[in-house]
Amino acid sequence: MPRTHFSPSITTRPVYPGLTSQGATPAILLADGAGAEAILDLAAQDRSVMDRAHLMFIPAGTDFGPRLAALNPRMYREAPSFAACLERFRKALADAHMGTQLYLAGTEGLIGQATAEALAAGLPADAIQSEHRGHIARRMQCVHCKGMTENVTTDPFVCSHCGLTLFVRDHFSRRLGAFQGVCVDAETPGLIPPVQEIKP
Amino acid sequence: MTLQFHDETFRDDYTFHNSPEGIRRFPFPFDQDSYMYSVNLEPHAGGRAGSPFEKRFDVDEHYVAEMRDREITLRDDPLRCQSLPHMELAGWDFLELVMVSKSEDYPDLFELHRDGDRWHWINRPLGIEQRFTFLDATTLPCGPLEYITRQTQGDHALLDQREGNLWMDAGMITSQADWSLDFDIGMNFFEWHAPVPKANEMGVFQRALKFLLNLQQGAPTRRLNWTMTVNPRLDTSPENYHKWGPEKRTITPATVGSKQYLRVELQTLWRLPRSNAIAFPIRCYLCSLEDIVTVPKWGRRLHRVLRDLPDELAEYKGFAVNRPVIVDYLEQFDDGAETSPGIFPD
Repeated sequence: MPRTHFSPSITTRPVYPGLTSQGATPAILLADGAGAEAILDLAAQDRSVMDRAHLMFIPAGTDFGPRLAALNPRMYREAPSFAACLERFRKALADAHMGTQLYLAGTEGLIGQATAEALAAGLPADAIQSEHRGHIARRMQCVHCKGMTENVTTDPFVCSHCGLTLFVRDHFSRRLGAFQGVCVDAETPGLIPPVQEIKP
Repeated sequence: MTLQFHDETFRDDYTFHNSPEGIRRFPFPFDQDSYMYSVNLEPHAGGRAGSPFEKRFDVDEHYVAEMRDREITLRDDPLRCQSLPHMELAGWDFLELVMVSKSEDYPDLFELHRDGDRWHWINRPLGIEQRFTFLDATTLPCGPLEYITRQTQGDHALLDQREGNLWMDAGMITSQADWSLDFDIGMNFFEWHAPVPKANEMGVFQRALKFLLNLQQGAPTRRLNWTMTVNPRLDTSPENYHKWGPEKRTITPATVGSKQYLRVELQTLWRLPRSNAIAFPIRCYLCSLEDIVTVPKWGRRLHRVLRDLPDELAEYKGFAVNRPVIVDYLEQFDDGAETSPGIFPD
């Protein structure tokens, strides 16, 4: 699955310029699903990235695991979900030395949450690279109840916490790693526009 | 002039009202018969006597009721006031600025006595008397930003300056024109303005940021911004949009004069001395259309501005759905006569 190209939007809508090797510096790599292909491409570009790499992978139903393990990074871990590897990821960030590079690849939900964690841990923004691959589902925060709904693929969608029907904004918070969802029928309760698939 | 503080509400039964003097001093935001975005900054160095520009922090007849409304909003949602950990010093800077300004500008309402870092603050309208140690947060009932902004009309954002940008890292936001502090906290100048249409392409934000990064202590600056609100509601937050949204559809030719309000923000910007942050008070003034048209110049001009406003702006400001009714109503107050330059009544 190739890199995703997003349509032009407002300036907070994140774009993911793609992974470029920074050589054999200490590196944390985190990918989910089709994001594995971005890691494979990165390693093909420059094998030395793996020399001091800690690679974490969330397969999400894909079978890229063995090929990633075969890249022979210094540390390799498969995890069933981001939540499951969060503490390990945080430990890696806390242990990181100056100059450590963070490579993120896969879905927006993963990239957004991992970026927020990394910034909160004090990693400079220019040490974080990202590449979007795979499905274009979004991680949305309900502005009303503040609950996060993962893997949103339609606009509007129903908040998985409070049940309000929300429209999908492009306004994005790096601190929360989420887009903003706002009640779509606030002015005319019950009048919900037709549900559409989200486009890139 | 002795201020008579109104006993009034900004929700439910909406008893908010402007006195005749309140209408005359309303900061009408249009200095000509048309409107487009601009940086429109000018020094905040006083202004016409009796106007909202005269004092550093304007205190008007709505002060006590607005602070009561803020308390209701905060009880319901404490996340309307947040401060990232590195912003406490800026909070103290702002507390000092407000206490010093108010006690000097309104000595009959506010008093500040300082003996080194031992301060004694008296706020007569709200019946508050507080002795505390400056820069020691344990001597106040809450953080310095929350403490002083529970006593100061308007929303207040504190902007940290680093990396050649401004970062919205603290704020007290309870009367916002539909934006969320909880979502936007931590964003830089371009990020929190990202949803504004057109202005970005016009370079407005680039120029405004360049100016603000060089803002000097003792030289505050100001601008006016505006939108339209149905009912005199301060809490038009996105958090509660599903609660107040239906009110927006209650405008009819019979109700538009009394229920449709012009909402004006007097925005001021202040460099703070210790933290080098910028304080950004956003003071909200409300005036119903039927009160606005009692000033003939304003009735004529508002009709022309709203009639000719680009659709995109009416949409962004959230009143596109009511614009036809508003413009029809205002038309009867526009006899086509020329209007004088500037914002003040003739």
